[in-house]
Amino acid sequence: MKSNNVIHSLSKMTWMEAKLFLREPASAFFTLVFPLIYLFMYGLISGNEPTPMYGGQRTLDVAIPSLTAVIIAMAGLMSNTMTMATYREKGILRRLQTTPVSPLIVLAAQVIVIFTMTGLGMLLLIVAGRLVFDVCFEGNALSLLGGFVLSSLSFFGIGFILAGIMPTVRTAWVVSMVLVYPMLFLSGAFFSVEVLPAAVQKVSEFIPLTYVVNLLRGLWYGEPWGQHLLDVGVLLGMLILGVVVSAKTFRWE
Amino acid sequence: MNTVVHVEKLRKTYGETVAVADVSFEVYAGEIFGMVGPNGAGKTTTIECLEGLRKPDQGTIRVLGVDPQRESHILRERTGIQLQQSNLPDRMKVWEALDLYASFYPKAADWKKLLAQLGLEEKRNAPFAKLSGGQKQRLFIALALLPDPQLVFLDELTTGLDPQARHAIWDLVRDVRAQGKTVFLTTHFMEEAERLCGRVAVLDHGRIVALDTPAALIHNLDAEERVIFNVDGALPVGFENALPHAARLEVQGKQVIVHGKNGRQVPLVSEVVSLLTSQGVAFRDLRTEQPNLEDVFLSLTGREMRA
Repeated sequence: MKSNNVIHSLSKMTWMEAKLFLREPASAFFTLVFPLIYLFMYGLISGNEPTPMYGGQRTLDVAIPSLTAVIIAMAGLMSNTMTMATYREKGILRRLQTTPVSPLIVLAAQVIVIFTMTGLGMLLLIVAGRLVFDVCFEGNALSLLGGFVLSSLSFFGIGFILAGIMPTVRTAWVVSMVLVYPMLFLSGAFFSVEVLPAAVQKVSEFIPLTYVVNLLRGLWYGEPWGQHLLDVGVLLGMLILGVVVSAKTFRWE
Repeated sequence: MNTVVHVEKLRKTYGETVAVADVSFEVYAGEIFGMVGPNGAGKTTTIECLEGLRKPDQGTIRVLGVDPQRESHILRERTGIQLQQSNLPDRMKVWEALDLYASFYPKAADWKKLLAQLGLEEKRNAPFAKLSGGQKQRLFIALALLPDPQLVFLDELTTGLDPQARHAIWDLVRDVRAQGKTVFLTTHFMEEAERLCGRVAVLDHGRIVALDTPAALIHNLDAEERVIFNVDGALPVGFENALPHAARLEVQGKQVIVHGKNGRQVPLVSEVVSLLTSQGVAFRDLRTEQPNLEDVFLSLTGREMRA
């Protein structure tokens, strides 16, 4: 199989996966619409007053990086896991195995699409935040993008692990739900961890999403990477773990 | 005749289970070759070894002259495969599936022609999940024909389809063969094998127990045929004794069944009709039932239920 063929197949496959993603109401809603609804709710409830909970910053200013973390968790752990588990259970991956292209292109296309959609979700939040609520951004755009790439890919890795080890679509769905929802509440993505009891705050240290929230918020305020070495270390570790483990456990049928 | 598939002493086990014990056969260019057998006989394992999807434990396989394991990339471009169980994403449209899969082959057939040829033009924009069973199978045949293959594998093509859809698919398979392609199919419908296949291999417990044309298999079975008719009154007393040698009589209410073999010169049905006429018996709805591939199948593989 020649490389220009691979690129042709991959671009077709990516375009197809993008269309399928947008046709799936749940995935498109949770990635693109739901975070926006949340942003507007924050805006309407908390208004523009600074709050002591976020050290004098407005709830809204914190909302964009936090909601981006929510999108990353939902896209990486739910959309990604469900799509891959469904493709395996229904024999879609097996059908691909009978063609000259490697089924790896469906994985590559999947990563490109989920990544792009997650990015689009974040972009929508930023645009709406700037236009409607005049949210301030004090960081460096490239730095924020870097943090976003690292956070997304490390979560996609976990999604591929789940898709590989869950025996059926049903179990994949239940497990990703059980993982995602507590993560959203305990990571500080929806509200600051400081309002939680001390014991629960301890738990948040073991929630991978906490590190995404910390990193993205920090970069949003323009904090240097040096202040977030722990976050970067944990996320890099997750990324490597995700790639190594899913390469070993992923099954085509 | 050109050999398209050559299988010698194929063996495949899954743990303790022997799926294919010892299978050897050849498929020739331009034929429709069928493999039949009870569930679990090893049909799908055999076809998947030929397709290169499973690695045999022992034996030699050559498909289009190459080893399906070592040179799978060559086979993928030259064979069309319809899997027993496979799907497309629910929301993928018919034309999108064909367009996408066409991009996988260096010299793909024109999918728009296939769409028309398989009668799917009306369903062009229908999502996969909304297709009927027959339409899905037609789409899978179209996908299998995309590489413009020399050899097409069809695994349990018509399982779960209604009679109309099944007959439509049979016509399509004949068309594929008419284009000069070789077809290898598995089925558990004996009627399908009898109508479509040039030669049929009967597989049981991982071994081929018979391999020949359907007509030869039926002839070799040397089974009895049946002459069936209705009578209004009782049969004359001497009727049974006057029947040809070795024929048996079975009466179920008004229905009479005569079991027997055809004589050397005169078919059983002629003897029965002339006997009825000479004894002045009024009969209606007379028909004969010849042994068919199903009888061959049952006599070779037994009648007990399989898991």
